[in-house]
Amino acid sequence: MVHAFLIHTLRAPKVQEGFCRVLYSCVFGAEESPDDLQPHGAERDRLLRKEQILAVARQVESMCQLQQQACGRPSVDPQPQSSDEPVPLHEAPCGAFRLAAGDPFQQPRTVVWLGVLSLGFALVLDAHENLLLAESTLRLLARLLFDHLRLLVPGANLLLRADRIEGILARFLPHGQLLFLNDQFVQGLEKEFSAAWPR
Amino acid sequence: MFTAGAESLLRQAREIRDEELGGLCSRIRALLGKEDWGPDALDALRRLFLVVSATKYSRRLEETCVELLQAALCSPSCPEQLQLLCAAVLRERSPSRSLSLTCGSVQNAQQLGLVASVLLAQGDRTQVSIVGQCALRVLESRQPEGPGLRRLLPVMSKVTSLEQTDALSKRLGDWLRHASVQQGSAHSSGGFFSTPRARRPGPVTEVDGAVATDFFTVLSTGQHFTEDQWLNVQAFSMLRAWLLHGGSGGASTPDTDDRSELESSTLSVLSAASTTSHLLPPQERLREKAFEYCQRLVEQSSRRALRKADSELQKACLVEAVLVLDVLCRQDPSFLYRTVSCLRALHARLCGDPACVRALLPVAQFFLHHGEAAAVDAEAISQHLCTRVPAEHFHSPVLAFEFVRFCRDSLPLFGRHLSVLRASFPNLFKFLAWSSPPLTSEFVALLPSLVDAGTAVEMLHLLLDLPCLTAALDLQLRSSQAASEKPLWDASVRAPGCLEAFRDPQYQGLFQHLLRAKASGTTERLAPLHQLLQPLAGCARVAQCAEAVPILLQAFFSAVTQFADGTLISQLALLLLERSDTLFQVPEYQARMHRVLSSQFLALCTRRPSLVVEQAKELLEFVGSLGGPQDGGHMLTSVVWAIGEYLSVSWDRRCTVEQVNKFFEALEALLFEVTQSRPSAALPACPPQVITVLMTTLTKLASRSQDLVPRVSLFLSKMRTLAQSPAAGPTHGEEDARAVLTRATELLNLLKMPSVAQFVLTPSAEVSEPRYHRDANTALPLALSTVSRLVEREAGLLPG
Repeated sequence: MVHAFLIHTLRAPKVQEGFCRVLYSCVFGAEESPDDLQPHGAERDRLLRKEQILAVARQVESMCQLQQQACGRPSVDPQPQSSDEPVPLHEAPCGAFRLAAGDPFQQPRTVVWLGVLSLGFALVLDAHENLLLAESTLRLLARLLFDHLRLLVPGANLLLRADRIEGILARFLPHGQLLFLNDQFVQGLEKEFSAAWPR
Repeated sequence: MFTAGAESLLRQAREIRDEELGGLCSRIRALLGKEDWGPDALDALRRLFLVVSATKYSRRLEETCVELLQAALCSPSCPEQLQLLCAAVLRERSPSRSLSLTCGSVQNAQQLGLVASVLLAQGDRTQVSIVGQCALRVLESRQPEGPGLRRLLPVMSKVTSLEQTDALSKRLGDWLRHASVQQGSAHSSGGFFSTPRARRPGPVTEVDGAVATDFFTVLSTGQHFTEDQWLNVQAFSMLRAWLLHGGSGGASTPDTDDRSELESSTLSVLSAASTTSHLLPPQERLREKAFEYCQRLVEQSSRRALRKADSELQKACLVEAVLVLDVLCRQDPSFLYRTVSCLRALHARLCGDPACVRALLPVAQFFLHHGEAAAVDAEAISQHLCTRVPAEHFHSPVLAFEFVRFCRDSLPLFGRHLSVLRASFPNLFKFLAWSSPPLTSEFVALLPSLVDAGTAVEMLHLLLDLPCLTAALDLQLRSSQAASEKPLWDASVRAPGCLEAFRDPQYQGLFQHLLRAKASGTTERLAPLHQLLQPLAGCARVAQCAEAVPILLQAFFSAVTQFADGTLISQLALLLLERSDTLFQVPEYQARMHRVLSSQFLALCTRRPSLVVEQAKELLEFVGSLGGPQDGGHMLTSVVWAIGEYLSVSWDRRCTVEQVNKFFEALEALLFEVTQSRPSAALPACPPQVITVLMTTLTKLASRSQDLVPRVSLFLSKMRTLAQSPAAGPTHGEEDARAVLTRATELLNLLKMPSVAQFVLTPSAEVSEPRYHRDANTALPLALSTVSRLVEREAGLLPG
């Protein structure tokens, strides 16, 4: 089960200015809040959740930067020439790491991440999840988001297009469930999505 | 690319003023209130979502606005786009006490799915179980299988410990086993290209294009799919979680003590034929169907898929199938007999296919779980896994993580086969050497189980040489990979000389030792390799590895000291001294390592003080051969301090006066050398800590062998003069000179009263008792202050 999905900015390695910003996050279900909801308990809980997501984003960013440095790749992947080219997902850096219990989530969790151009995508999973499936789902989500949100067009942004992101997640990652979708299923779902939500 | 635009938008969203937010809310109120689902509402909701999600602090929204959002979720006419946004906004605000949403009023499954996503995000246990009950009711009812069920079924994995889930288990079993084997028909969209006579859809196909031979699974394809086929996919996707946590407990897992007996007894009783399923209770029935499904997946995964994405899915399905089979066998040992033969064949197939290496891990884990009962040699399987996989696949980041996770999680299962894992530590370290940032914490947790008395020395050598291993792995990749493939190594670092050296037969032995797969029981001095690999020391990957080594050393030593006996501790201490100046020269690596090695050396001496006396000869050699402190003098400081502390009869009766004298002379000569020599570019100025520790140690030794006192006093006076003189100014800073002066004075004062000196500088073991410090007659600070006062008074009485 996926606990959270997030999209965040990826700065080039050794860039000091700016911050890692979470552009979109979706938490499926929640860790249990303590029973007594004090007057500010709910707000504190929300603050905690946002901080947890930000902590994951920062860790993913540093892991990605370290991996890029180790591979000797250029700092930021060059933008593809035309927006019709498919996104080079199979060469995109990806990795996984474990989050210990309490740091920052209550339960131990695994994070699978993917860095495409200057966006980072991450899935926060339960500790013993099928990582092969998680990786392929993450690549699929990244491809769908790039395609349906036209992220390669200059000036594109995904901050004001949350409805499309939600639509994609509702079909391909419903309630955080990783799905075993073969290619034809994916095409079928995509057609359904494009038909229901014309661009 | 995205940062600039995103930054300004996020800032706007965060800094939105209350009036603007109020205006946005009233716009939404107006639009939703009259059920205007047009593009204005979409735009407004998008902005609202951004405003709510952009900040980690809560935003106060108007009550009526929130109520309208909730109402839109339950409204039958609201389009999906807007409903999703409303749900997203409500979810972003959770946990929220002003939520009045319940699932009781929702009619259809799709809306229930949306409402459930909001309610589950509240983090309230009672809400979660209510949602679960509602969803269960809808899923178990005999409603026709519309698309809404697809969206609702995954909710069940989020609600655990439900009761009375037998009906859903039965439905899951039906969806898994009895989904239609005919393709679905295309939705007639009309238009120019629709055929006048709809063609009858044919049967589903396998991933290699052949017609399906058996029931429908996730690896069956077709042009279009029916609803029950969709539910088949979803049911399998949540199967493992459902078997583990859902359902009414199922058969309770027997105790681990009885389990192996139970397993072996059922093996002999059961035949290979499967039980007629409709006679079984629901949980057992579901398990039976799950078993058949997994067997079919294993068979389907051997086909050659036509599309690349499908072959990736085949591997994922294989992993999942094995994991589910593992769960089934744990819950009901009667499955074991049928599973073992299937998995043994699978294991043989996977061993020959390098593309499927990731699927080997769950198979190995299965055999570790159940190997005893199934009379399968789990040791051979683990052996093969640990020998082949790391050496060939160390460069794949997610596989590395999975492998190490497998080792960590399977530790309790290894049992008496743990020696296999321990002996393979050189191979395991390859993962760490190649990608250290994500794996360092994993190895820190894994090290205590990998270390044992037999391999500790070899492991320490390898840990100290870990950056060297990284460089060697880089060369191995460069020399073995085909020119056309994309390089896995750092292409920006050119090292032609290194590559030649790698292929040079003269160094073959050393490289092979470094890149060995198993613990060899011998150690080789790899200093020649350090020089050869120097050009690669600037590599980012090597630098990252070098940063991880100090952390691993701490973990190693805290593990080793748990069980090491005296001999091993001595061995390790000497190893530290020996290796402290034969380290791979990565920038800053040596300095960091010296700090860690020196503190570990002291820790070892503290655990076994008599090692100073036992290894006196080697320590003497070390002190004599240094020729000056290097890199901050940490090693020297520790060694000298240890000598001062522990070279006495109270720690080891074998300490002789000659030993004390020999050390004294060596240290005196060293102190003379470091203070007399002028600093140059090659030999930086000696740090004051080294000087003070040398002086203190000399004084300690003198307090044990009183003949030396005059020599020391003379030396200390000379040091005082030196520190006070203006010539010392440029060599050491003013503070450093003052520190040396203060220490020299204190020591001189102490030596004027030799018995007190002995008490202070060579205390007996009881000094660690608190009584020593509380008792006014024996307290050390009191004694020292008394001495100082007496001496100063004496000095004041003397002229000059």
